[in-house]
Amino acid sequence: MSLWFWILVSCVLAYAWKLVGYFVPARFLENPRMSRIAGTMTIGLLASLTVVNAAAAGQALAADARLGALAAAAIALALRAPFLLVVIVGAGTAALLRMAGWN
Amino acid sequence: MKLAASPAVRVGISISIATGLYGVSFGALSVTSGLDFWQTMALSLLLFSGGSQFAFIGVVGGGGSGIAAMSAATLLGMRNGIYGMQLNALLRPEGWRKYVGAQLTIDESTATSTGQADPAEQRRGFWAAGIGIYVLWNLFTAVGALAGSGLGDPKQWGLDGAAVAAFLALLWPRLKGREPVAIAVVCAVATVLAVPFVPAGVPILVAALVAALIGWFSHGRSDEGLEPDVEPYGGHHRQGHGDAAEAGQ
Repeated sequence: MSLWFWILVSCVLAYAWKLVGYFVPARFLENPRMSRIAGTMTIGLLASLTVVNAAAAGQALAADARLGALAAAAIALALRAPFLLVVIVGAGTAALLRMAGWN
Repeated sequence: MKLAASPAVRVGISISIATGLYGVSFGALSVTSGLDFWQTMALSLLLFSGGSQFAFIGVVGGGGSGIAAMSAATLLGMRNGIYGMQLNALLRPEGWRKYVGAQLTIDESTATSTGQADPAEQRRGFWAAGIGIYVLWNLFTAVGALAGSGLGDPKQWGLDGAAVAAFLALLWPRLKGREPVAIAVVCAVATVLAVPFVPAGVPILVAALVAALIGWFSHGRSDEGLEPDVEPYGGHHRQGHGDAAEAGQ
């Protein structure tokens, strides 16, 4: 399947999620389990995506400049830097570490 | 009432600028992950949910399949359904407003709305933040995509490091308290353990399953993890989503 196909499926399903919320009866809100799962899944997916982007190279684990970017981003976030600055710090750190010879 | 005098509209505008700006990083990372300009724009125009969009390109950029990217993006979009329920109870939109409002239902528009106490302000906050972010997010996605495609070797510019930073920055505001940190650590470990054994992209879905099981069997705050990426009220006098949901009933 082409990438376009999966992009459009993602777009349709994203809108479906949003729309479903407006049409389910209000009593579903009283069941905290669904909102709890939506929340824990958000945390789990973002943690996983962070790790994969920092340390996975295909099916192998790798320690390269991206780990430096992860550490630098964590420091920037702890110092309450805004989102865009955090991203720039991550890019800059990875680029500098590569220039210094750590791939 | 003049719109400029509405506190919710003012908050909506400032959150729109802050959130819209980081569309630049999405656009640039998307084209360096292998999507073209219009594929990138399709995600911002049609999918329109920052976390899911980053998830899609993060999986594709890591060598994952289209279906794995779609799955990660879709699972991450579940919380928008919860926001839709809360906003429906709070704002009670009718007719076409339901369908347009649904597309604008994301972390930040929900947080801007539920942070207000007055029903009219809740409505203004939702639309101001929703429309403002939609316009700026798409504008800055285009800027980022055009800039990113002229960069040459993305690794030389550390754009893979930028992606790592972006995901951590999306995760960070959700790590309030010991429990969300524990969930994040467990899912990170599950990911590392899964990487060598399953195709690229799938470890993320393994982590999603682990997180869903934790959510099903544990009894923490029901709004855990449902914090916006950019906090409209500076984290001080914001009502939690849970409170807003109760107020709407």
